[in-house]
Amino acid sequence: MRRPFLLRGIRPYGAGDPVDLLVRDGVIAELGTGLDGTGAEVLDGGGLVALPGLVDLHAHLREPGREDAETIATGSAAAALGGYTAVFAMANTDPVADTAVVVEHVYRRGREVGLVDVHPVGAVSSGLRGERLAELGAMAASVAAVRMFSDDGMCVHDSLLMRRALEYTRGLGGVIAQHAEDPRLTAGAQAHEGEIAARLGLAGWPAAAEESIVARDCLLARDAAAALHVCHVSTAGTVEVLRWAKERGIRVSAEVTPHHLLLTDERLAGYDPVNKVNPPLRTAADTRALRAALAEGIVDCVATDHAPHAAQDKDCEWSAARPGMLGLQTALSVVMATMVRPGLLDWRGVARVMSERPARIGGATEQGRPIAVGQPATVVLVDPDATWTVRGATLASLADNTPYEGMELPGRVVATLLRGEITTEDGKVQR
Amino acid sequence: MRHLLTTAGLRRETVTALLDTAEALKQALLGRQVRKLPTLRGRTVVTLFYESSTRTRASFEIAGKWMSADVVNVPAGGSSVAKGESLRDTALTLTAMGADCVVIRHPASGAAHRLAGWVPTHVVNAGDGTHQHPTQALLDAATLRERLGTLNGRTVTIVGDVLHSRVARSNIELLITLGARVHLVAPPTLLPWGVQNWGSGPHREEWEEHSRPVTVGHDLDAALPGTDAVMMLRVQAERMHGGFFPSTREYSVSYGLTEARLGLLPEHAVVLHPGPMRRGMEIAHSVADSPRAVITDQVRNGVHVRMAVLYHLLAAQEEQA
Repeated sequence: MRRPFLLRGIRPYGAGDPVDLLVRDGVIAELGTGLDGTGAEVLDGGGLVALPGLVDLHAHLREPGREDAETIATGSAAAALGGYTAVFAMANTDPVADTAVVVEHVYRRGREVGLVDVHPVGAVSSGLRGERLAELGAMAASVAAVRMFSDDGMCVHDSLLMRRALEYTRGLGGVIAQHAEDPRLTAGAQAHEGEIAARLGLAGWPAAAEESIVARDCLLARDAAAALHVCHVSTAGTVEVLRWAKERGIRVSAEVTPHHLLLTDERLAGYDPVNKVNPPLRTAADTRALRAALAEGIVDCVATDHAPHAAQDKDCEWSAARPGMLGLQTALSVVMATMVRPGLLDWRGVARVMSERPARIGGATEQGRPIAVGQPATVVLVDPDATWTVRGATLASLADNTPYEGMELPGRVVATLLRGEITTEDGKVQR
Repeated sequence: MRHLLTTAGLRRETVTALLDTAEALKQALLGRQVRKLPTLRGRTVVTLFYESSTRTRASFEIAGKWMSADVVNVPAGGSSVAKGESLRDTALTLTAMGADCVVIRHPASGAAHRLAGWVPTHVVNAGDGTHQHPTQALLDAATLRERLGTLNGRTVTIVGDVLHSRVARSNIELLITLGARVHLVAPPTLLPWGVQNWGSGPHREEWEEHSRPVTVGHDLDAALPGTDAVMMLRVQAERMHGGFFPSTREYSVSYGLTEARLGLLPEHAVVLHPGPMRRGMEIAHSVADSPRAVITDQVRNGVHVRMAVLYHLLAAQEEQA
């Protein structure tokens, strides 16, 4: 453990007058004005906004299997630089994270890297094939203590299998995170089904393919009294289904990605596959509905769906390209641009949707804690007045498939602390 | 004009210039024994076809050769493409060998757009997925202009699988630009999403005073009396088994151009088909061979239109420079 250090003049949740925060033994030891820094390393916070470390429920770290696109080390670095202190690593690796062996490997690699808590997500079905349940109990009982299960990338489309998965995870205190996509309705789909895709000759991905699965799953979760999490909500219609379910007390939570908050299918005109993602970029009306739903709490949280892809998987024709975009290092800035600047969320709201709620949904009990004495010093410091220009080549991820290339975005992560350890400072990884 | 990728956004003057050039080339070659112009001597045109095609590839080849270009045909099946080479690498390789123009057909929508971003050569889209086939629309326009005089204010009815048709997409955009009205007749399963709102070409504002440039219907008999030209689309075999309509018989009865339906057309109206035809399916045998059908004119004009495109891309720019 490093010696105690004192952050001078930070503003927790961006509210009130600046205060000092003393970190000792990884814990917030004191919080107040004019704290005595004797014997401590003193860092000038300069009025920066302090938030609980961000938690991403949805990232593809690509290890094991596609270490040419991302590794747990590079993905962790991207996460920490983006203000994250915990990342849930999706199961669609090679081999698939559908056994205790694989999830423990991912968990241990995450610990070795040590920049963020890496929580492996276990596959729902063996091999993501959607045929029979993976060993959910073994993954839950493993060192990785898996609580979130998902076939993400694939939908658990078989109704009976989904029902069994929900029922079974209830007994494990877990949650099923569903990639809601009826595969029959999206056979060959390349882009949001709408006027733009129709004109571009790209086969449509209809909103109903998502909405119908979400509706079905809400009913299954109701009957099983189980917890359902809906990945990457992308349509206004899904928001209405979620509202209906939540009003009835169904245990459903939902996430939205930064790119679905900001980008629309207007970007498809040049056929640049950097804009290809699943679910696809939708319409401006959808982004408006998603922003409002996030502010209201119908959509609980922001998750990145960080999906690095090697250059050759994007530098090709649209239909051959793999879907997905980088997100970890840009998420907070996109949330600022779409939610904070327009006044839809204050900083307390950002803490809620990017840290507290996702930590709760994923069962990461050490994360998303209040900034208060006695709590882990797991905090991110943000300069809300700074702006920066996104350059894929300078991001920490191995891949550079960011859709925000060249965009100027607000907000800069100045430092990230994980249990008192500074993981990143001024855009540099600290270990 | 650097590339010809799509008919969307082409200006009316550009289209008219292309069609005028095609007409001039046709007149220049008419009745000649030696059909060879020196215009593109020393220029290399590569046709890169990732889908099998007889007429389009041959038409481009003849167009290039009649203008003395060196035409190299690269069928994707028999090349390094079969060994897994990417489209980008294949294109860069051909460019490095000195291609001045790449004519590409590819099953992926947008492939020609991507190609144009990778290579320094001119790119002509000879059909990309279900997106565009601009030279087909140009040769259709040339044929219609020949027969109808002008397209301004005319109604062209396009019948069949609009959803999967790059011919239809190219034609809708181009016909609107030339001032025509487009009426689409198809079962709802074979219409693109929101197609009734299309028509955002550069001349859209002229149209909004009257009515939408694109209308949609499902009754061919009702549409025919008010049409100046009817364009039958090919029904692809894979669609017939895709559940888009119940049976080929039902399709043929509802949307096939029969002898009886031919009688519903005004006397001046013509019948087009981009080929290859499925006689007895979307078009009756006798209709395809009737004097109203201008299908061989379309093929003939195809060569001149493609000559005009190559000329405008490869030669006209130099003259301007």
